[in-house]
Amino acid sequence: MAYSDKVLDHYNNPRNVGSLDKSAENVGTGMVGAPECGDVMKLQIQVNDASGVIEDAKFKTFGCGSAIASSSLATEWLKGKTVDEALAIKNTDIVNELSLPPVKIHCSVLAEDAIKAAISDYRAKQSKRVASEQTVA
Amino acid sequence: MKTPIYLDNHATTPVDPRVLDAMLPYFTTNFGNAASRNHEFGWIAEQAVDKARKQIADLIGATAREIIFTSGATESDNLAIKGVAEMYAEKGNHIITAATEHKAVLDTCKKLEKHGYRVTYLPVKGDGLIDLDMLKESFTDKTILVTIMYANNEIGVVQPIAEIGRLCRERGVLFHTDAVQAIGKIPVDVNKDNIDMLSISAHKLYGPKGVGALYVRRKAPRVQLTAQMDGGGHERGMRSGTLNVTGIVGLGEACAISQREMPEETKRLQYLRDKLRGKLEARLDEVYINGSWEHRLPHSLNMSFAYVEGESLLMGINDVAVSSGSACTSATLEPSYVLKALGLGDDIAHSSIRFGIGRFNTEEEIDYVADKLIHVVKKLRELSPLYEMAKEGIDLSKVSWVTD
Repeated sequence: MAYSDKVLDHYNNPRNVGSLDKSAENVGTGMVGAPECGDVMKLQIQVNDASGVIEDAKFKTFGCGSAIASSSLATEWLKGKTVDEALAIKNTDIVNELSLPPVKIHCSVLAEDAIKAAISDYRAKQSKRVASEQTVA
Repeated sequence: MKTPIYLDNHATTPVDPRVLDAMLPYFTTNFGNAASRNHEFGWIAEQAVDKARKQIADLIGATAREIIFTSGATESDNLAIKGVAEMYAEKGNHIITAATEHKAVLDTCKKLEKHGYRVTYLPVKGDGLIDLDMLKESFTDKTILVTIMYANNEIGVVQPIAEIGRLCRERGVLFHTDAVQAIGKIPVDVNKDNIDMLSISAHKLYGPKGVGALYVRRKAPRVQLTAQMDGGGHERGMRSGTLNVTGIVGLGEACAISQREMPEETKRLQYLRDKLRGKLEARLDEVYINGSWEHRLPHSLNMSFAYVEGESLLMGINDVAVSSGSACTSATLEPSYVLKALGLGDDIAHSSIRFGIGRFNTEEEIDYVADKLIHVVKKLRELSPLYEMAKEGIDLSKVSWVTD
């Protein structure tokens, strides 16, 4: 199978590989996929509390080159966006940017799912914090 | 050293230049039809075919008249299985085979099931070998054929052929073996092992594609087959069609070379294979050998690299030609049925690579492949959330994964 230049670039030079402290209040973690399906993505965002802007994003992916490229690209796009803007990222945007063939569309879907999972983890932490602060007050 | 490096010698092998040299005159000067009995062109072609028949027979301990030429091992398998099923239909309708057979055997058996035959698909043990007790229990008074491959094409394990042959002979059941991967690589003796039919393909032992043979025992017992191709009655009536003289000459020469050089070649291949394994195991943790190490072809290595997905691994070694058991590399999007039959989880099957070292590989190439693979596996594990979790002591089998 031939890979697009952009997929090859992300595979050879993946952006933002690593992990953030998943217990931190302002970090949201999303983990999607399963080893037996051949894809697992872990995507994390670190949000600036004051501005609501994603100031850092990291990923680790077990999967084919297209899955690695999709998640690497997602972290690039996430940085600098607000959480609401991040929710607007669609899998089709990733497909277009990386020129993914039809058999690899599921990689982009997984990346979108990972973004949504990270954001909902972050939001769950925030509402819990708000709730506990209210209880204290 | 030239790239890409070819390490997929289970799939096919290049034609040995000595084989090609033997073939060339039969395309042009000696182009005759081996079935032409009344002129010299035919006689020369027939002599060449007879010589090849002898070369093939010598390699497997058979006699020349027991070799039937075909278009390749798929045809040989079809002819053996369907030919016996049809010829011995009155005697019984039961066939025994194994779950890890090549598709040429499995799909032929499935076809026969549609026509009222019963087929037992023996499972294999974790090492890829069949359980002989299970085979014993599978025989019925309707069993007419056992077909078990000599050596597996994906994991290289060698089945207990002598024991299978003995069990079949004791019960008067015919024994066919697809020996495509074993021929020319390890010693094969149809009499010692009580083999009644044996499939051979030329392109797996440095011969040309499109030609193969089926050994069919003539004595004790005399095996009869119903022809699957009707026509001029070539090959003792078992396989009609003008003989592929050039291909047959190539197959014969390939067998002769393999027989002559086997002791030396085996040592060399085994050395390279063991070196590759040793390097990978010394510098990577959590790599696993798939299939029995003890009962294995000298040039075969199938390894899983845990927490790394096969296709991304192949992408990182794109100047090395190997195969992966990963779903992503196959047309069906399913991981290898052979690896699954060993009881491997889908995740570890996705992480497997098959290495097939051949006559023309050098030690320099093996070193290059090992170093490159180690580098890529380490890099991909840096990227792997599974490796990170495993290092944190998380049992991945207990994680509830989020899937659609």
